[in-house]
Amino acid sequence: MSANPQHTPYHPRWYRASMPIFWWMRRWIHARFILRELTSIFVAGYALVYLLQLRALGLGPEAYARFLDLLRSPLSISLHGVSLVFVIYHSITWFNLAPRALALRIGDRRVPDKVIAGLNFVAWISISAALAWVTLKG
Amino acid sequence: MAVDSLAGNAAVVAGGEMVTLEVFRYRPEEETEPVYQAYEVPVHKDWVVLDALNHIKDHLDGTLSFRWSCRMGVCGSCGMMVNGDATLTCATFVESLLPGPIRVGPLENFPVVRDLIIEMNDFMEKLESVKPWIIRDEEKSLEDGAYLQTPAQLADFKQFSMCINCLLCYAACPVYGLEPSFTGPAVIALAQRYNLDSRDQGAGERNAILNTDEGIWQCTLVGECSVVCPKDVDPAAAIQRYKVSSTLQWYQKLLMPWSGK
Amino acid sequence: MKTTIEPFWWSLFGAGGTLAALFIPITLIINGLAIPLGWLDAPAYENVLQLARHPLARTYLFLLISLSFYHWAHRFRFTLYDGLQLKHLNLLIAVICYGGATVGTIAAGYTLINL
Repeated sequence: MSANPQHTPYHPRWYRASMPIFWWMRRWIHARFILRELTSIFVAGYALVYLLQLRALGLGPEAYARFLDLLRSPLSISLHGVSLVFVIYHSITWFNLAPRALALRIGDRRVPDKVIAGLNFVAWISISAALAWVTLKG
Repeated sequence: MAVDSLAGNAAVVAGGEMVTLEVFRYRPEEETEPVYQAYEVPVHKDWVVLDALNHIKDHLDGTLSFRWSCRMGVCGSCGMMVNGDATLTCATFVESLLPGPIRVGPLENFPVVRDLIIEMNDFMEKLESVKPWIIRDEEKSLEDGAYLQTPAQLADFKQFSMCINCLLCYAACPVYGLEPSFTGPAVIALAQRYNLDSRDQGAGERNAILNTDEGIWQCTLVGECSVVCPKDVDPAAAIQRYKVSSTLQWYQKLLMPWSGK
Repeated sequence: MKTTIEPFWWSLFGAGGTLAALFIPITLIINGLAIPLGWLDAPAYENVLQLARHPLARTYLFLLISLSFYHWAHRFRFTLYDGLQLKHLNLLIAVICYGGATVGTIAAGYTLINL
């Protein structure tokens, strides 16, 4: 774009705004979107921790005990605390968006979005309760 | 201060309250960079932002340019950014934005021709590219009568047919702003409107445009298109469901290459 | 017609996102917080090993871990692409993200087979 405006009646000179690099910091809804996308780091991060725990399990009782000690460190506890916030945010946003992808129908009637999202939350809570119960019992 | 011709109406808020409108000005023959110009506008209980803009145009500054037509949320001409939100100015009450100032700008992500007027050829070309009309392998002859459709079949696509091409969804979509090659929300929703129509047989032709990196796969489901849509078209859902059906087709083709679809 | 591989990546992203949304929060609470903080007693080593060796458990763990990695790969790729406007590095980003997830998947398979 030239510095001096050049305008002719049949060839208008358009103004084009460009997106700043950190466009998502300008608006809360966009920042929230980036936060939602960044939950994936914590999802994969915990999957990695879980994998390392399984590896320690495979290496024998001493290695496993050492790993459990590691999990007890203040650093580990705080990282898990932060991660928990993000993975729960992932779950909530994921289930709320599920109706966008699923158009279920029973007979001639579309299943309402709220029902689809609701069923997801019910499944989430049931699975969590079941896993917690199995652990408590074991 | 010009006298407001509507001041005799009962709708004037007592005390002659005023609000400041900061309006985006871009006059290509005068300036390279746009500026915001402030106007003092009286507050009326039943005024929408479009009324305030018309007040400016009629009484304060006749050089201000903007598009509008129906004033009732049908024509889709008066979409602008109001305090950063893509909205129809005929459906946004001034009273809900008090005490102001109210910042009015042209729809984001489009080139600006002048003041609040954007250039929308990109959208029109994309819309045409997905063939938004009923495509038949073979047209029935007139004697064979009309194509029949049940209410349930109508319900499959009706939501997506409500689009008024107001472009709010494009202004709200950061992906379109970042990647102007993206087909975009309204065009994909309108393509789905025909894909899901029981009378249409053109899904394959449209797939060549939509099932691509510039089409549905560019979308990251920010979801703002559906939030700003004044007609509840829910373009985000149109795109997500298209992703689901394309993915099922992709696996079908992978596992059963002979199925020929 | 131009073919695209995106449906494949998107299906892994979607499956991983769903599994992670359902299973990771409670797993993290139990393993990462409740047991280390002593709110729950740690189950005996032998019991954990026996449970994890069950074929169904191995399958579940493999899918959860691997698909969580691919979920990250796909999402993070687009976050870099849009959030930092790195579209000129598109190919490099894709290789790092999906490649990383693939390495993680192989590691998960190897660990679980040798459990």
